[in-house]
Amino acid sequence: MTFTQDHLLGIEHLHPVEITTILDLAQDYVGLNRSAEKHGRALEGMTQINMFFENSTRTQASFELAGKRLGADVMNMAMAHSSLKKGETLIDTALTLNAMHPDLLVVRHGNSGAVDLLAQKVNCAVLNAGDGKHEHPTQALLDALTIRRAKGRLHRLTVAICGDIAHSRVARSNLILLGKMENRVRLVGPGTLMPKGVEDFGVEVFDDMKAGLEGADVVMMLRLQRERMDGGFVPSEREYFHRFGLDAEKLAYAKPDAIVMHPGPMNRGVEIDGAIADDINRSVIQEQVEMGVAVRMAAMDLLAQNLRRRRERDRLRSISDE
Amino acid sequence: MMWFHNARLIDPEAGTDALGTLLVRDGAILERDGPFPKGARAVDCAGKCLAPGIVDMGVQVGEPGAQHKESLRTAGLAAARGGVTTIVMRPDTDPAIDTPEVLEYVTRRAEARTPVNIRAMAALTRGREGREMAEISFLLDAGAVAFTDGDHVSTDTKVLSRCMAYARGLGALVIAHPQDPGLSHGTCATSGKFASLRGLPAVSPMAERMGFDRDMGLVEMTGVRYHADQITSARTLPALERAKANGLDVTAGISIHHLTLNELDVGGYRSFFKFTPPLRSEDDRRAMVQAVAEGLIDVICSMHTPQDEESKRLPFEEAAAGAVGLETLLPAAMRLYHSEGLDLPTIWRALSLNPAKRLGLAGGRLTPDAPADLVLFDPDAPFVLDRATLASKSKNTPYDGARMEGRVLATYVAAVCVFDAAEVTA
Repeated sequence: MTFTQDHLLGIEHLHPVEITTILDLAQDYVGLNRSAEKHGRALEGMTQINMFFENSTRTQASFELAGKRLGADVMNMAMAHSSLKKGETLIDTALTLNAMHPDLLVVRHGNSGAVDLLAQKVNCAVLNAGDGKHEHPTQALLDALTIRRAKGRLHRLTVAICGDIAHSRVARSNLILLGKMENRVRLVGPGTLMPKGVEDFGVEVFDDMKAGLEGADVVMMLRLQRERMDGGFVPSEREYFHRFGLDAEKLAYAKPDAIVMHPGPMNRGVEIDGAIADDINRSVIQEQVEMGVAVRMAAMDLLAQNLRRRRERDRLRSISDE
Repeated sequence: MMWFHNARLIDPEAGTDALGTLLVRDGAILERDGPFPKGARAVDCAGKCLAPGIVDMGVQVGEPGAQHKESLRTAGLAAARGGVTTIVMRPDTDPAIDTPEVLEYVTRRAEARTPVNIRAMAALTRGREGREMAEISFLLDAGAVAFTDGDHVSTDTKVLSRCMAYARGLGALVIAHPQDPGLSHGTCATSGKFASLRGLPAVSPMAERMGFDRDMGLVEMTGVRYHADQITSARTLPALERAKANGLDVTAGISIHHLTLNELDVGGYRSFFKFTPPLRSEDDRRAMVQAVAEGLIDVICSMHTPQDEESKRLPFEEAAAGAVGLETLLPAAMRLYHSEGLDLPTIWRALSLNPAKRLGLAGGRLTPDAPADLVLFDPDAPFVLDRATLASKSKNTPYDGARMEGRVLATYVAAVCVFDAAEVTA
């Protein structure tokens, strides 16, 4: 077992072996989560603070549950309405937090790179729960675990990520992770929602679902945010659904056993047909939510182990210094 | 089967102008320069010119919204009389053609009322307001041949760049009106001696270059297929030449009015000579004729814009811009033949072949399998234009009372005769 990170800020920093380590441990926690006694002790005595500068229900609940199941004391801070609104800088917030001695800090922020900045200023393990249009590493990890369980492997698969790539941190984390694990990644979406230069990330780019889904093992749909549909990036919901919404006809281009994923929350009838989302033979959307808790437990467990080790090392060093 | 013989065949594709015959069957061209086949109806062209019908890229039809100025029926009649076999309708109707529903409505009505082919362009943004993208994919499926907001120039380059990026993904053609919106706002003449003498608010031709340069930046960024509706100033030509040399998918058009008239024609504030963009200097006009001859400017169109008397009988600044042109396009284009030294195949390349090619239409050719959309005309027949005789509902032509040469004798759409001058005069 190898995991050397102090923080989980992005998939970019992870070695493929570390990814496998997280997924293997998460696989164990799936069993724990399905048992009657859902209690682990990995985080006992530790304080976990969830700081969400952007509103979130699902991700925050998932992190909260993951922490509680491992015995941590969990506190939620809804930063969207807090002192930041009163003018406090992110650095000052970090200093305030340091005084509370947290061990795990889960952060979501609307600006790319904000979580990295915070991680430099606090003395605990930081988990990125989504920063701007940059990364959302636990989402990519839970997607990876879902794929590995459904397909029996996490390499040499063709994965089509479809929709609003440009504004999606989920897409970025996923394409990095899937690339590291040696899969073929395709990005499908209109030119207006495709980031510039993305071809150079080792992915194939399509603006047509038929070509993009041809022979895919995994079809990953992304949410199209409503504020992007009103003629700014795509003309209308109905045209978007016509061209890029996943329905039975478009899914037929993928492999017959292709699975359908969605990070949620879904807009039925915009990016995905309700019938596909509910098809238990194809859709693994509910499983993704379940894997989310397990993956977050694994990530926090591993970070806590490293944190304990680091603190022990520091303690011994300070003794020997005396 | 129809066999046209003793015809001067104007072939813009081959660049030839020679006597020959043309055999037509089932609405399409079957054979050229072949012998008379038994059972065919022979049409003696008496040595007159037979050319592919004009594809007029950018016609305003008042329907829906301004049927008192022009309807699909009257526009169709005017087109047939002018040798225009395909009307490419502008979306500046009311409501604008910005949804597949409006497009289908217009197409359905046109089919029942118009003797010539009619194809529609659609708005690039909703209501041509430059704020929200139109449903480009649905509109393409419904038959839109291009996307344009007409002379509404977008001030928001972000919106425009997104529209272009989206259109690029669908292979759609975007048509823009190159003009700097700030400089041209509120003006009605080209800046210079004449506009100063008349005291008219004027815009430098440089505004066109600036608008074009901006558009070229966006084209380079997005890779979209782009057509400039009207390039009218010599200042813009080097930029156009550069864009083409750099491999951008760019073409340009011009109205027949900017090729045959100049700013002095406005004379004593004659509002029938008010256009968007305004008429240019004689130097500009001659440079434009040269650009058409060289093929730098690809398309000549009528920019048919019907306006009723009430819209024109106003002080020059307040009068509506534009002129009808479906019927006068061909005789006015003959001025390029008689006075400017352009040959007929070159003129027809710009009137028929290039617009058809750019819009992906089958017309504009005299080759086998091309549709038998043809115009038979006498390039030398002289006449004095009387605007009262025009078939258009609106009579706002700048050529009223002008001495012209070149008359349409007959127009065929899919081998069906939709206009015959002999019947009209007889």
